[in-house]
Amino acid sequence: MILETQALTRRFGSLTAVDAVTLSVTPGEVFGLLGPNGAGKTTTIKMLITLLPPTSGAAKVAGFDIVHDADNVRRAIGYVSQMISVDASLTGFENLLIFAKLYDIPRKERETRVSEALSFFGLSEVAGKLVREFSGGMIRRLEVAQSTLHRPRLLFLDEPTGGLDPIARKAVWEHIEHLRSDFGTTIFLTTHYMEEADTLCNRVAIMHRGKIVIEDSPRRLKESIGRREATLGDVFVYYAGDTLDSGGSYIETSRGRRASRRLA
Amino acid sequence: MRLPEEDAHPGVLPELAVSVSSNPFSLIASFVRKTLAITELEARKLSHDFSELITRAIQPALWLLLFGTVLSRARVIPTGGLPYLDFLAPGILAQSVLFVSIFYGVAIIWERDLGITSKFLVSPVPRSALVLGKALSAGLRSIPQIVIIYGLSLLLGVDLKWSPVGLAGVLITTILGAAWFSTFSLIIASLVKTRERFMGIGQVLTMPLFFASNAIYPISMMPDWLRIASRINPLSYEVDALRTLMIENGSSGFGLTTDFAVLSISALVLVVVGARLYPRVVL
Repeated sequence: MILETQALTRRFGSLTAVDAVTLSVTPGEVFGLLGPNGAGKTTTIKMLITLLPPTSGAAKVAGFDIVHDADNVRRAIGYVSQMISVDASLTGFENLLIFAKLYDIPRKERETRVSEALSFFGLSEVAGKLVREFSGGMIRRLEVAQSTLHRPRLLFLDEPTGGLDPIARKAVWEHIEHLRSDFGTTIFLTTHYMEEADTLCNRVAIMHRGKIVIEDSPRRLKESIGRREATLGDVFVYYAGDTLDSGGSYIETSRGRRASRRLA
Repeated sequence: MRLPEEDAHPGVLPELAVSVSSNPFSLIASFVRKTLAITELEARKLSHDFSELITRAIQPALWLLLFGTVLSRARVIPTGGLPYLDFLAPGILAQSVLFVSIFYGVAIIWERDLGITSKFLVSPVPRSALVLGKALSAGLRSIPQIVIIYGLSLLLGVDLKWSPVGLAGVLITTILGAAWFSTFSLIIASLVKTRERFMGIGQVLTMPLFFASNAIYPISMMPDWLRIASRINPLSYEVDALRTLMIENGSSGFGLTTDFAVLSISALVLVVVGARLYPRVVL
């Protein structure tokens, strides 16, 4: 297993944002954590990427404990947040170059690695432009390029296509799919777009109010509710007994909208 | 430091791109390289847009040209034989750097709001390298202030010291001062987390720091309670060092060794504290 959690829990005061989550991800798969806004997806990711210490429970990422061996976890993973994480006042090339240095990529390899990444993500022609002139889709691709420069074993994508139009969304996914087939990168993503998860993920876990409700391949999940034409959205309603619109808070809504506005 | 077993999942895992040596020399080299990469990032940003550097020249110009020239006519401030403008110029250099650096936390909160901070915290860069790199970039941003104040001083006939040692000393002191106040600001930002609260605290801090120092009048003029405050104010040590190193007949009240010891040791403590608190900004 490249990722394993044991009753991973995070409480904020009286609120249990992530409630005893136990899941595992096998190397090379695309694993989707689905659920409405406020289900606890981002909190789960934040614990797995060592940004947020868990209240209780444990997790291993790439074989390393997320609390006691955080530095090794950080070397093994890449992370693309739902917000913007490249610097608008630098060029695309510079954004990658600085991260190549931060990730200890040797000097003689740096420039090659950066230009390879730029061409892999179709950004070679705009590499010298300031990122503030980039389109939303280009920014997303640059962010993925930046997070994969060091060839992580496991790439975390938090709502990677939020706020993108369908064409940009498709382009981002094509590149992520290439990353998996070319480098065998395992992908852990969160999304609330059920159709997207359906086509892209080998396995999904549905999260609701901090708990994992069910976990399986999209096909088996749809079969399990006994309707041939079922969608993952139907699966969610069936198991969570709730609609997708529940959950989310003022802060998350405003954050989400802000992020989409910037990406637009 | 261990590396994950490469053969744990043969054929599936990509090679780990980077090997990390655990010998102390390469660890230090890696720390320095990452610190400088953070500073380089800021330098590159500045190279794309330096308009802010120009607007920053206005405030010190007003202090020297208006406040300075008027007070130097009044001759009410005992400067120990220095013309008042000579006394004032180092104070205004320190002040202009303080006013910029103390609001560095706004950038910290802004980066957090955007999402940039998470990316840095998820990378294998020591927190202390992130904080030190940011402190040095605040230092870098203070260098144009030196040029501006020297320019204005020349214009006003201030008797500047041009010895290489003096100039190097001014450079180091100014960078140290900027690093000090920007790290202090980073710590506040990591604790208060919102721009509104931060701006409130920033406003409350700047004027007391400025007036409870020897920037525009000597400590000897102050009532006792204010003397004590100015003794624990790092700005006083910065101004004291600058006055000695920058002005031809300037003399030090505390001694240069004390100035540097106080500034650098306390800056180091701030970086260590900042490294502990900075990750909290994303929580």
